[in-house]
Amino acid sequence: MARKQLTTTSRDNPGVKAWFGQGTPWVWLSGGAVSISMVMVVGLILLIAVRGLAHFWPAAVVEFDYVARPGDEPVRIIGEVNRSETMTAASMREAGFVVPEEQTLVTRHLIKQGNRDVTGRDFIWYLEDGMSEWRYPADVVQIERLQWGDFFGFVRSYLVDGIAVAQGPQARAMFEEKLRETGALVKQVGRIERFDIGNVNFRMERLRLRQRGLELTVDLDPSTRAQIEAELEAEQTLLEDEYEVLEAQRQALRDEVGRFAITVETMEGRMVTIGLADIVHAWWPNDMSVPAKMGHYVGEFWKFVSGFPREANTEGGILPAIFGTVLMVLIMSVIVTPFGVLAAIYLREYAKQGPLVRTIRISVNNLAGVPSIVFGVFGLGFFVYFVGGTIDQTFYAEALPSPTFGSPAIIWASLTLALLTLPVVIVSTEEGLARIPSAIREGSLALGATKAETLWRTVVPLAAPGMMTGLILAVARAAGEVAPLMLVGVVKLAPNLPVDGNFPYLHLDRAFMHLGFHIFDVGFQSPNVEAGRPLVYATALILVLIIIVLNLTAITIRNHLREKYKSESD
Amino acid sequence: MTERNEPITHGMSSALPDSGGERLKLSRQKPCIEVDKLNLFYGSTQALKSISLTIPEKRVTAFIGPSGCGKSTLLRCCNRMNDLIDTCRIEGEIRLDGQNIYAPTIDVAELRRKVGMVFQKPNPFPKTIYENVAYGLRIQGVKDRRVLDEVVEKSLRRAALWDEVKDRLDANAFSLSGGQQQRLVIARAIAIEPEVILLDEPASALDPISTAKIEELIFELKEEFTIVIVTHNMQQAARVSDFTAYLYLGELVEYDDTVTIFTNPKQQATEDYITGRYG
Repeated sequence: MARKQLTTTSRDNPGVKAWFGQGTPWVWLSGGAVSISMVMVVGLILLIAVRGLAHFWPAAVVEFDYVARPGDEPVRIIGEVNRSETMTAASMREAGFVVPEEQTLVTRHLIKQGNRDVTGRDFIWYLEDGMSEWRYPADVVQIERLQWGDFFGFVRSYLVDGIAVAQGPQARAMFEEKLRETGALVKQVGRIERFDIGNVNFRMERLRLRQRGLELTVDLDPSTRAQIEAELEAEQTLLEDEYEVLEAQRQALRDEVGRFAITVETMEGRMVTIGLADIVHAWWPNDMSVPAKMGHYVGEFWKFVSGFPREANTEGGILPAIFGTVLMVLIMSVIVTPFGVLAAIYLREYAKQGPLVRTIRISVNNLAGVPSIVFGVFGLGFFVYFVGGTIDQTFYAEALPSPTFGSPAIIWASLTLALLTLPVVIVSTEEGLARIPSAIREGSLALGATKAETLWRTVVPLAAPGMMTGLILAVARAAGEVAPLMLVGVVKLAPNLPVDGNFPYLHLDRAFMHLGFHIFDVGFQSPNVEAGRPLVYATALILVLIIIVLNLTAITIRNHLREKYKSESD
Repeated sequence: MTERNEPITHGMSSALPDSGGERLKLSRQKPCIEVDKLNLFYGSTQALKSISLTIPEKRVTAFIGPSGCGKSTLLRCCNRMNDLIDTCRIEGEIRLDGQNIYAPTIDVAELRRKVGMVFQKPNPFPKTIYENVAYGLRIQGVKDRRVLDEVVEKSLRRAALWDEVKDRLDANAFSLSGGQQQRLVIARAIAIEPEVILLDEPASALDPISTAKIEELIFELKEEFTIVIVTHNMQQAARVSDFTAYLYLGELVEYDDTVTIFTNPKQQATEDYITGRYG
């Protein structure tokens, strides 16, 4: 009975008003908003992941004959299909392509044909209409070189000391085998150059500074001065000897590798000789099984995340940028956490609540809204020029006029970002402190604990999850920030990592590379836009992954803390 | 079960403390806390008006009265918990063993070590059971594990909780039931050997069985400690206390031994309140 009556009632009041009254449209509206947000986030991640990860897959190399304008002799083209698009004929004609009058739409393909040193351009558009059937020759080789990017061609002979010892397929086999060996040697040369010689150079520079420092010291009696000079000189001789040894070692390795070379036929039929010393990796993309391709994929990806950049950052890896980003975020966390937590504790627990504290709190909150580039300008003016300059004059006078701390450096970048993220940490910590029930404080005070003891033994541990929340937000913000960093520490290419084997191991005075800036640089500042494009996606993916990993770590710690200090109030 | 519930269902007169057939005389007690002309203001509101009373040593003294009469405020004055309230201002004196606890030279933390307190709602720290009881000693810098073990066991035994928790001392205190938590908080308070224990409606958030256990505990604890209890429950006051003070609107209306207050009050107001005719 009752149910029947209810249905009748709602039928009596039909229409939009009742529908609104039930709240149905708001449910749909909020549900729709959530769905759209989800789709956008997932789409973003998918786009980056697909574009970035596809780059490392060994794409098939096509071969076709191309006729640019009717009546021309066909030209053989070899390369990787990078992407394809359909354009209007008119715009293509304007771009200088020959398109028949009656045609309105044209499909064109961007072919990565490598061989930048031979042809000058490595990405070229070709119209589909001029192409012959695509062929996939099994013996086409793709060579990743230390310079000039990739090379496409056919291995014709294998040379030892300039004499061809094998031809055709045999040459390929011998080349492939030797490459493994020389690859290891090339890596060793790289290590000697980067680390061992770098180390000697670092010590020599330090020695030079000590000599300069000695010159600047006026009040020193001549005998002591002579003694120190002699010591420094002896040290210099030792270092020079060490350098000689390393240089000889490097030269020997290079000579050994330099003995081997291959000749490769390009698509135009020219023969090019490439020394094995220049080759990073070589593969036959049309002649690979799926497992081999997967192996290649993993190898390329690993080289990308663990290698050093080459060729204006468009080749090689992004290890320095990953390293710089993570290190900068860690230093920032180490700085911002104590400052933020102490400030919040003072504001919440000790400061007398009144207009002054309220003003401070509002200012802190508004600090979060200041555009980040403003922080960059402040960092440059205050940290780099003022603080850094003062440190240089006080402690590194012998190195002047070249700055030590007075130039953009990882420490100033971390400090600037710490300032930028301070409000987040303060606000979260304050919220964490405010959530602690007063019963807990009273309980502790009633047991004879002073206010400070109550804070450190009970309140602060309980507020730790709140602090971690602040840190999580700070890390997410800091890892993604680029604009201020360009002013206070990030460079396009840092010669050295901020951490190395030389005392004091952590060089806070060094400029560093950052993934965010790397994306900007590779995408928009690079001479080779097409080569950089996939790296932009891949680097963006790595940046997102790093932020996720940093956040997950912090979230895990927070959950652990929550579990540990679980209480009714949560 | 029924046995435990007995004191609650019984009539008031039979619940009165049995003091060997002889009434306790307030004047013959050794004083522990002396409240002398205490005025307390929250901002401009006067919450306590010229209160003077003497709380005897090793006895249970109950403060009763309607909500807002100032009984909790008076209790919290005894270990200066009111200091936490910014607007609170105090005139007059409270002497503990003859020493004014509001004298400027008094170390408040030390005072609170002598005058422990248990609150209305159980407020264990989010730590292990063991650490909760050891907290006060750790604050005092005791690190010796053997001393701590000994005190923790002794305190839990005195709080009649040892048998229930001895196998899970490392469990979080929040895994205990409400009544157990309240006894844990009492154990925590007696672990630092105070002279006085202030109980602020210790059983009002508990079920009848837990309440009965707390009451039994109070009975045992008065052997060693001076106990002051604030309660809404007049039967509870009658059952557990030796002396009772009735407060109304910030004034001390009547203070005497519990038997007198409940059987032969001198003030009409007191009689009205305890017989339920108040308001």
